[in-house]
This record gives sequence, structure tokens and C-alpha cells, in this order.
Amino acid sequence: MSHDSATLEAVQIESDGNFSYPEDYDLDAGYGLNAGVVDYISNVKDEADWLRDFRQRALKVFEDKPMPTHWASRDLENIHFQNIRYYLAKKQRATRRWEDVPDDVKRTFERLGIPEKERKFLAGVEAQFDSEAAYSNIKDEVAKDGVIFVNSTEGLREHPELFRKWFGKVIPTGDNKFSALNSAVFSGGSFIYVPPGVKVRHPLQAYFRINAEQFGQFERTLIIVDEGAEVTYMEGCTAPKFDTATLHSAVVELVAMKDAKIQYITVQNWSNNVFNLVTKRAIAHENAEVRWIDCNIGSRLTMKYPGVVMKGRKARGEVISIALANTGQHQDTGAKMIHAADETTSNVVSKSISVGEGRSTYRGQVHIPRHLKGCRNNTECDALLINSRSRTDTYPAITVRGNQHAVQHEASVSQVSAEQIFYMQQRGLSEGEAMSLSVNGFVNDLVREFPMEYSVELKRLIDLEMEGSVG
Amino acid sequence: MPDTPSDDTVPDPMSLANARTEWLAAAALPTPDPQLPEWFRELQTRSWRDLVTLPDPKRTDENWRFATLKLSRMDALEPAVAPAESQIAEVLERSEFTPHAAARFVFLNGRPVLTDPGELTGRAGVICLPLREAILTQGELVRAHFMREGAPLGGAKFAALHGAADLDGIFLHVAEGTKVEGAVEIYHWATGENTAVFPHTLIVAEDQADIRVIEYFCSLNPHDATVAVALTDLAAERGGQIEYTALQNWNGHSRHVQINATRVGRDAKARGCFVNLGSRWTRTESLSRMTGTGADSRMLSVNLATGEQEFDQRTLQSHEAERTTSDLLYKNALYDKSRTIFSGLIRVDKGAHFTDAFQTCRNLLGSDEAEANSMPGLEINADEVKCSHGSTSGQISDDEIFYLRARGIPASDARKMITLGFLNQVIDHIEAEEVRDHVHRLVEEKFLNVVE
Repeated sequence: MSHDSATLEAVQIESDGNFSYPEDYDLDAGYGLNAGVVDYISNVKDEADWLRDFRQRALKVFEDKPMPTHWASRDLENIHFQNIRYYLAKKQRATRRWEDVPDDVKRTFERLGIPEKERKFLAGVEAQFDSEAAYSNIKDEVAKDGVIFVNSTEGLREHPELFRKWFGKVIPTGDNKFSALNSAVFSGGSFIYVPPGVKVRHPLQAYFRINAEQFGQFERTLIIVDEGAEVTYMEGCTAPKFDTATLHSAVVELVAMKDAKIQYITVQNWSNNVFNLVTKRAIAHENAEVRWIDCNIGSRLTMKYPGVVMKGRKARGEVISIALANTGQHQDTGAKMIHAADETTSNVVSKSISVGEGRSTYRGQVHIPRHLKGCRNNTECDALLINSRSRTDTYPAITVRGNQHAVQHEASVSQVSAEQIFYMQQRGLSEGEAMSLSVNGFVNDLVREFPMEYSVELKRLIDLEMEGSVG
Repeated sequence: MPDTPSDDTVPDPMSLANARTEWLAAAALPTPDPQLPEWFRELQTRSWRDLVTLPDPKRTDENWRFATLKLSRMDALEPAVAPAESQIAEVLERSEFTPHAAARFVFLNGRPVLTDPGELTGRAGVICLPLREAILTQGELVRAHFMREGAPLGGAKFAALHGAADLDGIFLHVAEGTKVEGAVEIYHWATGENTAVFPHTLIVAEDQADIRVIEYFCSLNPHDATVAVALTDLAAERGGQIEYTALQNWNGHSRHVQINATRVGRDAKARGCFVNLGSRWTRTESLSRMTGTGADSRMLSVNLATGEQEFDQRTLQSHEAERTTSDLLYKNALYDKSRTIFSGLIRVDKGAHFTDAFQTCRNLLGSDEAEANSMPGLEINADEVKCSHGSTSGQISDDEIFYLRARGIPASDARKMITLGFLNQVIDHIEAEEVRDHVHRLVEEKFLNVVE
């Protein structure tokens, strides 16, 4: 399983994305957060009054809310909100033509392999560079069906009747401190609408890139899939390695109407100076299905608990999560399943791997209120520890009311055994390769749930992370 | 979860003042007894100070998540009054001891009314005394184990209340190599509206010693709302064995807090079982520390919740040495509008390699309005560990009922059989046979009386 140098370089670029271009921004809101910065963003985007009010109110909520350190990691205290820039952009609108993308931005995304991927297997692509989308395109045949795929600024400006109805409704501003922060300073992210009955065959993809130091990216995504429609959305993220901490705090809201299906896939590979504090939640109406496939490899601290509120009868929610925490990383991930109608079912499968001094945490919530019947939840969390300094935690919370439900939760922690490694070494694999093979075997049944391209990339990322993890 | 609301963290001076009046009146603080050893009086003073400064349980404390906080408020409590002769006669009559009890004790409103060391009288290697007496005569032995572990699972203020109050209970010390046959059986009775009692049980099994203890908590009448804040300190030294069972059967208006700390040393075995049948609200906090190689702790609980009862249980399995084992099994059967909360954590410290730790919580919901909350947790910092936890919530399946009905058993009987079978799986782990039988009988009694 050794990599030839060309593959290594390709993977290195794709996975680490550890390069940046000199900053020259036309629009810079400066350091720190206050009402003026929020106004600056509103002005740049020439926003309607309701949206200005929405942002200013959110800023107050953010300022009033304490850090959730009574249950979360104290590392949050290392975020210095006044040392962060909240808006950085060049003076361009997102273009549909690749040639029109500014050169350095274009080079960035070319190095990350975006254009080839689009040609190969995507129905649409959006590429966000710091605060704003640089490129946004959707294939004609998809657009013809009435599918809307734009950035959030454009979505709110051009289609307020569609997006305002659900904007901030799945995740209210006051949900938590970071959703409030996002609501105040959000910029970029995708707005997607799929009309009734339209099944988008190929995935839509967004790519998020942080280029600048001491910067916060706050994209906001809202996906509405109308009755009987289907869509798969993928997002990838990278940032170069700076010396200072960078903040990424997104809000992602999904709405699946009756019989709709949404699959949302994330491969998060931020460099390990990024605080990745993301709120993701979906509402599933009658017989709808929402699947979060969430893979966290990068970042310094990730706190992310994708949720599904099952509002309609027979709605289904699923979270499939893979987390890999290496030295200096804390992957605090999990799932929230809120059953709010009869016969709703949810499934959570989480696998985490702790390497070196890495720490992975599963935090889950399953809630089944009274007077419902026939709700089911299954939760499985498996953790793998690689070294003796690795750490793993599991903190689920399950509330069941009433006697017509079935809920089960299981978790296990295990180790790659010395015998396994020895066995493979006897057959000529190096210790690192053997470890890598074990880890890939551990997550294999989940990786198969990913689209092909992503499962290959994931496997490579795991190999890379495992290199030098032993001995 | 990020949507947990958050209180301010600065203590409000008003709430401090309130705590003073509400909790200290409750503590019915004893006037310092100059006879008591210095260390004990210091501990009382320290507890007093903690009681005043510690905040009340609040929503943002993870140790109180899902709890109905108003049930935890200790206001308007009265000091226990000395019982009347007729009451003493009544409790002596009603305390059911098994025929082979090793020793018999009865407390009423916190005072010993029967002290019968039975077979243990004068036996070499066994000290079995009311705690107050032990503090006076066995001071250093008591001191070595008394309230050493604090209350890390949220009940620090309750522990402070206990320490500051007029506590009494049992001191049981079994010397090296001594084995006690039968079980030491202890009854705690309480009566009087808002009466607070503070039972303390301290059990030490020295190297290779072996002891079994059962405590019963019972109300003298069905209407007085009493409060018990009980502390249980268990220590099993090298190769020692302790089996402790608490059977809580207060009336439906009373409240019960029990904070248990168990230290299991090298190759020692501890088995703790909490059976909750009565009370309006019960909170148990159980800490098991595996401090020596080969330590083994079994943590059990049986809860039959009916009406509006709330049983709130927090546990911590703390593995602090190599090659230790812990195994937890908690079962809840819920009816009516009852609630249960189980929050358990397995913590494997750095260096506690080759740990085997297991944790299972099962909820059987028998009504549409019952609520079971489970928070099974793991924190693993070591290598080569085998850990798992599982939690299930469900109901009796129609297939099971059908199967029994097909054999001529009416549906309601079938339900009872299945539920009792579900709970008996835990009770069967109690080793002391007579204790086990007694627990079986009391669970069945409640079941037949309360659940229709």
C-alpha cells in the first residue's frame, strides 16, 4: 500500500490543501465583531431590511449566550472573536464560466481538482473562496427541470418567496451560540430548491476553501426538496495550515417535503488549526428520508451533531458518521434524532478512530415524546483506539416516553490487537500498512455507503493519517 | 447538545441566603459535641461551610440533566424528633429479619432502637456498632474510610448536608481473613411530616474478609413525607469481598437520596445492588473505584416505577489500575406517569490497561405516559481495553403475550410474568440467598398491589 510519489503529491494537494495565495481583497470587514461589521456585510450584499434586522438581532443573541463549556470542551475558550475577520471577498459575483474566475482563485480550485470532478460526475458545482462563492454552475439539463442551485446571497435576493419560508426555521437563531453567530454574519453557502417529482441523478457539490489567515467562514446552506423529489449534495472543505486559529461556523438547514429524499455528504478535511463548529439539522415530512453522511478527518476541534426532526408519519432519519482524531485534534461529533410523528424511524451508526493523542467523542440525543406510537431508533457507536495515549468518549442521551416504541443503543471500544498487526507483518506488510489496513477494515462497511469517488478519497485520507502513527 | 439553555455562573447572593435558611434548617445541625473527636467536628464544620457555599442543583449541570429539579429542593424540613415508645414497639414488630441474619439493627428517625450484633457479639475480627459509638471508640478506623470520596456525581450539596447533620448508622469492620456467614440486616424507619434522616453505612472488608449487608428503608405510615439523605462508604481491601443491597421502600410522598462510594482494592470483589420500589423521588449516585489490579465490581439496580415516581440514578465506573473489571446492569420497569433517568459513565484512566468494563441499562415501558431517559457514557484513556455499553427501551411484544395466552395464561398475568422475569434477572445476581428471596418477595408484592 505504499504510495508512489506522484500519487502522494496528488493526494497531498487534494487532502491537505496546504497552500495559500497572497491576500488581496477588495472587501474586508476588518478584525472583530460588532454591529458595524454586521452592517458592513449587509451593505456589501445590499440586503433587504428584514434581513438586516435578522442579522442584528442574531448578533445580540450571540453576545448574550455563554459558551457551552459546561458540557463542551474548554478549548472553545481559545477562540478570540475579536481577532477574527468576518468578511473577506473580491469584488466579483459568482460566475458561471470557469474562465471568468479570478486567476489565483481559479488556480486554487484547479489544484484541488474541482473542474475535473465537475466534468466527471457532478450535476452542479459551487466553489466558495473565503466569504463568497467564486464559481457556481449547474448543468443545463438539471436547470431545465427547475432545480435552483445558487449561493445564499443570490437565493435570498432572487427567490425570497421560496427560501424565506424555511430560512432560520429549521435551526432558529437562538439554537446555540454558534448558530446565532452564523445568523449574524453568514455569507455564502448553497441555496437549493428541487421542484416536486424531480430526481437529480448526479450529486450537487459545494467546495469550501479558506485562504486567509485569522478568518472566519460562515456559510449558510438551505436545501428544500419538494414532494417526491430527490437530491444528493456533497461538500468538501480545506484550508491551509496557518499558525493562528481559524473559525468555520456553518448553519445547514434541510427540508424534505412529503416523500422526498435528501442525502447530504460531508468530507471535512480542514487543516488542524480550524475550529469547526457547525449546526446541521433537517426536517423530514411524511414518508421523507434524510441521510447525513458525515466524515470528519481534519480540524482542531469539530463540534457537529447533524439532526433530523421527523415531523411526518413514517419519516426516516439517518446519520452515518466517521471521525478520525489524530494528535492535536478533537472530533466531537454525533447525532440528534427527534421523533415527532408516529412510525418514524431513525438510525445512527458512528465509527471513530483515535490516533496518537487524538480524542474522539460521540454525543447523541434520541428523543421520543409521549403519545406517539411505533417509533424506532437504532444507535451504534464503535470506537477504535490506536495508541495508548488516544482517548475516546461516548455520551448519548436517550429519552423515550410511552410503551409503543423500540430503542436500542450500543457502543463498544476496541483496539487494534498486537496479534492482528503481527499476523499481517508476517505476511510482509509494514507495521504502518498493517495498521492502515485494520483501520480501513474497521470503517469499511460505512465507507461503502459513500459515492465511489468519495470512498476512494476517504480511503486515501485514512492511509495518509495512519502513516507514522505507530512505532 | 448546543441547545441546552445556560444559566449564569456567578452565584447570586440572594440564593446563597436562601440556601442558608432552607438547607440549614433541614440539616437540624447538632450542637458540637465535645466528646466527639476533633477530626469529626472539623468534618462537620467543613460540611457546614460546603452546604452554605455550594449551589443548588441546576439545569446546566450535566449531572442533573433530565432531573425534575424541584423534587431535589430540600426546603421546609424538620429535625427528626425522638420516637415514642409505641412507635418503637411498632417498628420492632414490623422489621422482618431473615432467620439467619448475622446481626440486626433498627433505626427510627435516625436513632438506634435495636442493636443486636447477634452471632457477631464478641467475635474476634468483627466490629459491628452504631456509627456514633464507633466514632467515639474506634475513631481512627472510622476516620480512614469515612466520607473520603466526596460526591462527584452531582450530589455534593447533599453530601455536605449529610456531613453537617445529626447522622448515625452502622460501622462494620471485618478484619483480615474473617468471613461472616449470613447477612447483617439493617432497618431505617422514619416518621413525621418533613422529617429528615441521615443514615450512614460504613463497611470495611480487610484482606480476604467477606461480608454481606442489606439495608431497608421504610416509612412508619403511608402519609408522612420524609426525606432521607443516606451515604454509603464501602471499602474492600486486598482479596476482600463485600455484597451490599439497599432496598428502598419509603411511602409515595417521601424522598430518598443515596450517595454510594465503593473502593475495590487488589483482587477484591464488590457487589452493590439498589432496589427502588417506594418514594416519590429517589436519587442514587454510585461510584465504584477499581484501585488495585484484579479488582472486580458488580453494580446492579432494580427499579419498579409507578404513579408519578421519579428514579434518578447516576453511576461512575472508575478504572484506576490495570486488569480490573466492572459490570453494571440496571433495569427499570415503568408504569403510569413514572420517569427514570439513568446516567452512567465508564472512565478508564491513563495506564489502566486491560480493563474490562460493561454497562447495560434496560427500560421496559408499561404505559404510554412513562418516560425513560438513558445516558450511557464512556471515557477511555487507556490501551487494550474491552468496554461496551448498551441501552434499550421497549415494551413487551405482542408475540410474547400471544405465546403465553396460547398456553391458557390471561394477558394481564402474562404481562406480570414477563415483567417480573425481566426484573428478576438482576435480583438473581444477589448472592446472599435469603436476602435475594426477600427482595424477590417485596418486588412481587409491590407489583401485585400497584400494577393492575
